[in-house]
Amino acid sequence: MQDAVNTIAVTGTDGRSTRRAADHLRAILRNIFPFLVVGLLWEIVARLGVFPPRLFPTLEEVAASFVRLTVSGILPHHAIETVIRLLSGFALAAIAGTVIGILMGRSRRAEDIMLPLVSICAPIPGLAYAPLFLLWFGLGNVSAVLLVGFVSAFPVIFNSWTGVKAVKEIWLRSAVALGADDRRLFTHVILPGALPYILTGLRLGLAQAWRILVAVEMLAAVPWGLGWLIFGAREFLNTDVMLAGIAVIALIGIALEKLVFQKIEDYTVVRWGMVTAS
Amino acid sequence: MSETTTTTRSYIRSALTLIVVAALYEAAARSGYFAAALMPTLPAIAKTLFAGIADGSLIEHAAFTLGRVLAGFVLAVIVSIPLGILMARFKPVENFCLPLVSALMPIPSFALVPLFMLWFGIGDLTTVLIVFYAATFPLLFNTWSGVRAVNPLWLRAAGSMGADEGRLFWKVIIPGASPFIITGMRQSFLRAWIAVVGAEMIAASDWGLGWVIFDAKEFLNADVMLASLIVIGAIGYVFERLVFGSIEKATVLRWGMMRAAKG
Repeated sequence: MQDAVNTIAVTGTDGRSTRRAADHLRAILRNIFPFLVVGLLWEIVARLGVFPPRLFPTLEEVAASFVRLTVSGILPHHAIETVIRLLSGFALAAIAGTVIGILMGRSRRAEDIMLPLVSICAPIPGLAYAPLFLLWFGLGNVSAVLLVGFVSAFPVIFNSWTGVKAVKEIWLRSAVALGADDRRLFTHVILPGALPYILTGLRLGLAQAWRILVAVEMLAAVPWGLGWLIFGAREFLNTDVMLAGIAVIALIGIALEKLVFQKIEDYTVVRWGMVTAS
Repeated sequence: MSETTTTTRSYIRSALTLIVVAALYEAAARSGYFAAALMPTLPAIAKTLFAGIADGSLIEHAAFTLGRVLAGFVLAVIVSIPLGILMARFKPVENFCLPLVSALMPIPSFALVPLFMLWFGIGDLTTVLIVFYAATFPLLFNTWSGVRAVNPLWLRAAGSMGADEGRLFWKVIIPGASPFIITGMRQSFLRAWIAVVGAEMIAASDWGLGWVIFDAKEFLNADVMLASLIVIGAIGYVFERLVFGSIEKATVLRWGMMRAAKG
């Protein structure tokens, strides 16, 4: 299907490809237009001087501090530390979460043991654990990474568990009838069958990790990190630095969604035909 | 082995797990390896919890937190349900709002806390606005996709049976989109609940469960911390199960729509 579309695009007439380019351009313009309007409004309010300029800087000032901090390497350093912390916390959650979830899905005993613990800990907002983790593991990186991992493990656990339980009974029985042993049953039937759910869980987990991480960085007094940058900028009324930091946070958030998860889905479950591409 | 014995056995196992974990915790707390201030025993936590409830201080903190979360949540409902419906019904509104929403959505609400503190000061207004920000997007998105997902056949059928715009809206679109809207409210409340605790910690005003936990850290009062954690978990659980569960039962489940939404 994908190939067919590509062939048409390649062999299509010039007129069709230019029209396609024009459509593409129009779509981009349509997406940019709202930002122009909001930016213009912001600029007008900032220039009118309704609010003190320290608290409501113009867009040029925000852009200038964005460029200044990027060139001097401060902003990239903060961003890299944040991303590393996010990935290590999330890696913990992904490994522990899928293992626990799959165990719970496969064995009744594991389910009975884990489910009460998980259902008691999961509904408490992640940040509420923060002071406790800070007391137990001290200020800094260990607490931040452990907390992010702990909090983002819950969606992974729940979804892997549901996924394994949702594997069709008939697939299992026919695989066994065809002579699959336990290991082949697991790698060839259960794992692929549960994968759409597991991926959803990982996606939710990463989103949760990302939401919590910024706040954790503010509370855990880590030396570098975007959350800390924003929080520290408040002390000096550097609203422009703050807004530049928030812009980077937004960019990372969008990149996570578009580049990481949509790609993974395209390569696995969409290609296997388990969910349709939207 | 009958179905009931299996269920009884898993109840027993669940209860056993909890007892074992509690016993392990108690043993670790009493062993003296960890400072008593950091790892209070279970009776100490229970005592703090009951003392807080008895003298009303925990209840007052909980009332403040609940007030803030409800204010922000109601604000989010008022804004995002109409906006979501408008986005789904009118293409220009969708074209204008969707790029903005997709750009704002990945920004965690906590990232805005320091900015809002500068703009609106420390206290209720900042907390309510953060809750509002956190709760808006899931509800907006769900309302939008819910209205778009209303079966076009129903719209045409109602139209050909002579329903005017108003009736079409109230009798077909709103009930049709309601499973999505209720799911959205559920997600929104969960986000709001997370946001309020965090916002109370960072934008420390002087009341609220988030503030209690954070403040207890300064004085190494791990028992107070754990007691408020229990209260926070309990309130979250009550809302999730009792409030939204019964709303679901009274509306979409009774109308027989929930299976369509989940399928």
